[in-house]
Amino acid sequence: MRFQENWLQILQTTFMQHALVGGSLVAVTAGLMGYFVITRQNAFAAHALAHIGFPGATGAILVGAPVTLGLAVFCVGGGLLIGLFGKRVAEREIATGTILAFATGLGVLFASLATANASTTTNVLFGNLLAISQDQLWLFGGFTVLVVVALAVIARPLVFASVDPAVAEARGVPVRALGVAFVVLLALTVTMAVQVVGTLLLFALVVTPAAAALRLTARPGMVAALSVAFALASVWVGLVLSAMVDLPPSFFVVSVAVLVWGVVLVLTRDRGRAPGTPARGGHTAVPAVAERVR
Amino acid sequence: MTGTAHGSTPETPPALVLDGVSVVRGGRTVWDEGTLTVPAGAVVGVIGPNGAGKTTLFQLALGLLPVAAGRIEVLGAPPRRGDRRIGYVPQNYTAALGEAVRARDLVGLGLTGHRFGVRRSTLDERARVDDALRRVGAAAYAERRMSELSGGQQQRVAIAQAIVDDADLLLLDEPLANLDLRNSQEIVTLLGELRRERAVTIMVVAHDLNPLLPVLTDAVYLLDGHPHHDVIGEVVTEELLTHLYGTRVRVVRTAQGDLFTRSG
Repeated sequence: MRFQENWLQILQTTFMQHALVGGSLVAVTAGLMGYFVITRQNAFAAHALAHIGFPGATGAILVGAPVTLGLAVFCVGGGLLIGLFGKRVAEREIATGTILAFATGLGVLFASLATANASTTTNVLFGNLLAISQDQLWLFGGFTVLVVVALAVIARPLVFASVDPAVAEARGVPVRALGVAFVVLLALTVTMAVQVVGTLLLFALVVTPAAAALRLTARPGMVAALSVAFALASVWVGLVLSAMVDLPPSFFVVSVAVLVWGVVLVLTRDRGRAPGTPARGGHTAVPAVAERVR
Repeated sequence: MTGTAHGSTPETPPALVLDGVSVVRGGRTVWDEGTLTVPAGAVVGVIGPNGAGKTTLFQLALGLLPVAAGRIEVLGAPPRRGDRRIGYVPQNYTAALGEAVRARDLVGLGLTGHRFGVRRSTLDERARVDDALRRVGAAAYAERRMSELSGGQQQRVAIAQAIVDDADLLLLDEPLANLDLRNSQEIVTLLGELRRERAVTIMVVAHDLNPLLPVLTDAVYLLDGHPHHDVIGEVVTEELLTHLYGTRVRVVRTAQGDLFTRSG
């Protein structure tokens, strides 16, 4: 690791400009999606979708198709498959984990069949923000617009269906359809984010900024704004650091996100408990006087 | 007569009418031959042993479950999902609520949560949310996260969400579960107040009648596989309750006229 005196010039190169734009688009999308991932308690699914994308990427290399297409097809397909499994969280977690493992195995198989060089596989697993092409930028732009507009339209019923599914259903909210729509949006977000921070580090961009924001405030608008700001800061600071020491940006992007989260966690460690309430669960005091009917 | 849609005016349809209704779930008949009428403005305890189909009755009324036979009418019309005249608080409702939502936001969802599209909440909507929070006595913690509230506070907020859209019928599934004695008495007092303020019909699923007795006017009880309706005084009898729960139940009337039930 050596400090690059000319890091300001490095930042102005075409690949750095692409990285800045592409990374920013992903940060906006991931920051917004993160809020819903957390309210839906879907963090594991987000993590799994990234792994499910892995065979998509290596498979695309095997058949000579664009990597983004392979990622998108596998992420959306995998998301719908996970969505098919039971509503119960435990059931869903097991199904998700199993599909995740199979997908990763498939990815390894495709990678060896494609005799892809090690760096291609590394790019999928760990991301390479510096390899983003002009074409990919257009695609990212399209995905970002699609996800942001769709989220804006469904945000309110989606929050209702996420925090309060039984009441939402009774109130006529299409809970299942929203779940499917959400998983497709998540798959598109993951497709982009994998190319920035890679399969293995994706969590730090899709969940961590939103988690930090939610520690600080619960006002929905503020959470969204802070989450996007944290994600953007992670990408920007990460890229600058990467240019300074001439190392791949993934590590730095993730480190900034984790650092922000850690600082927020320390700052808010006293928050979140009602006075006198136990750390977990609510009151379960036993009625002392009235005898039960039964 | 004021001519409003609320209250037991002659034009007001009953809150719930079952006519020969049977309900099947997963191939099993939950209950059948349900014929009863719950009058508008009543405060109704829905009682019966575990698994008798109390929650199922609510799901029928909400249009979440079809009847296998018979006819059902809610507030004068067949049940349909998304009927905004019904406020609903499911069982174990508050257990699932996470850190991400404030009391105020949750109540707001009861008003606009079903709407798609980008729009800011209007002043009128915010005023209605504030009003609902105030009516249940939850205004002091409106800005707090649901996960930070005690069980009793969460239940109040849940009821605020159910009434924020001016429901004519409230369906509360075990609202007193997991509450200590003081909290459950406060919720019962609140139900009485809600009913006095505007003649809303309240149906409450409860496994313990005692805390609710001061406010109940009627009961729907699930006995021997059929739902029945009667005024509360006819239901709180030793014969019926003993039969209902399959264990000896005694009814005690205090000098003040309060009713209590005791097992054994």
